[in-house]
Amino acid sequence: MITLSGVHKSFGPNRVLRGVDLTIPKGQSMVIIGGSGTGKSVLLKCVLGLVAPDAGTISLEGQDVTRGDRDAFLARFGMLFQGGALFDSLRVWENVAFRLLRGAKAMPKDEARAVAIEKLRRVGLKPAVADLFPGELSGGMQKRVGLARAIAANPEVIFFDEPTTGLDPIMSGVINALIREIVVEMGSTAMAITHDMSSVRAIADQVAMLHDGVIRWTGPVAEMDAASDPYLQQFIHGRATGPIEGVR
Amino acid sequence: MIARTLAQIGRPVLAVLAAFGRVALFAADTIRHLLTPPFYGREFAIALLQIGWFSLPVVGLTAFFTGGALALQIYSGGARFSAEAVVPQIVAIGMARELGPVLGGLMVAARVASSIAAEIGTMKVTEQIDALVTLSTHPMKYLTVPRVLAATLAVPILVAVGDSIGIGGGWLVGVTKLGFNSATYIQNTNDFLEVWDVGSGLVKGAVFGFIVALMGCYFGMNSGRGAQGVGAATKAAVVAASVMILAANYVLTGLFFTS
Repeated sequence: MITLSGVHKSFGPNRVLRGVDLTIPKGQSMVIIGGSGTGKSVLLKCVLGLVAPDAGTISLEGQDVTRGDRDAFLARFGMLFQGGALFDSLRVWENVAFRLLRGAKAMPKDEARAVAIEKLRRVGLKPAVADLFPGELSGGMQKRVGLARAIAANPEVIFFDEPTTGLDPIMSGVINALIREIVVEMGSTAMAITHDMSSVRAIADQVAMLHDGVIRWTGPVAEMDAASDPYLQQFIHGRATGPIEGVR
Repeated sequence: MIARTLAQIGRPVLAVLAAFGRVALFAADTIRHLLTPPFYGREFAIALLQIGWFSLPVVGLTAFFTGGALALQIYSGGARFSAEAVVPQIVAIGMARELGPVLGGLMVAARVASSIAAEIGTMKVTEQIDALVTLSTHPMKYLTVPRVLAATLAVPILVAVGDSIGIGGGWLVGVTKLGFNSATYIQNTNDFLEVWDVGSGLVKGAVFGFIVALMGCYFGMNSGRGAQGVGAATKAAVVAASVMILAANYVLTGLFFTS
């Protein structure tokens, strides 16, 4: 279980997070929605330790993520970045096996390559892709490689940052379905941020809406459409008029 | 009025001092990570190849033409007081002590600091550095340490090669254009050149290599967003590395050759 309590983060005068309280139950898939610039990525980076919150606590299974052995903590996480964030200078299989080849529990190269090819197969890519460089792949293939890298070490928690941004609707559907399958299959806890409602409906068990630096609404995805919150309703239906200003 | 003037002077001075402080902390952090495991040997080998081997042509050509031009200058300048015969000695000392390390360092700064800053800056804006962190890999250990160590070791070797080529350039001009006897030219060079002339240049080369890679990594890691941010980081890395090389050269020359 991931618990965020009173998380604040400002950049100069810009107060991005103003007291975020959120609980993500173990084995559940939580999707955080919200408009552009509402602090979804900052929230995700706070959980990962890439950005230090100004105040509040973030814990995983009751353990404060800002204390203790950082590497051991990160070893329990997998992350799919918005643009893939694949290392240009490494071959696809080396990207996927990056964690497996390094650290105290580093695998022999052949074994790590075999695991990488198996993970690539799991995300629908052929073994021939393993020896290509990321620059030789399409956007959709890069997302799949990023997903394969995120699941390579069988993490307990997987994070997804805008997993379908920049993809066509069909490829978005494929990636959403893959994410859902993999999260269910691995029994991982998942935290995704997106403003793509088709992703929300495909991936989420639980949904939380971030607005004005706080969690405006949270609940099961099945209850989202019937919720009375006007902010949530404006967002999920993409209405230009409502309590959320069009120009922010 | 006075307060405003003082503030206008003080603000940029404070900004420069703060920038020096950040670079110093970055350098200290790099050395700390250099001394603690893990060490990424593959990245070090790649950096050694990129910084050392692939810089050889540009450093060699620069040294060759500089050595040749130096011979011509000394010959024509020396003719004013009948000292044309000192060409071999002055070319050797000039190349080994000053021009070899400084021009070699500046050429490596142009080629390597820009490349490192652009590469790391692009990695930053495309979230590859964040990805490293999430994969339990410290960016300082994986990106900065191998490059800084490789440059610190490779640039003295480049300087040694550059010194030899530069002296060779002077010899070629001396023999083919200035009428020197080849054996005498070489004999004069050997007799005059001392070990410390070469050694001091190599020490300078190591310091310049450290500066070049450190500036490339520092500005890359602190790159702004987008293409403009990476471009600005690249330019800043080359300018800062070049100025710091010239400043360090003055300090080291004072340290080595004045008592």
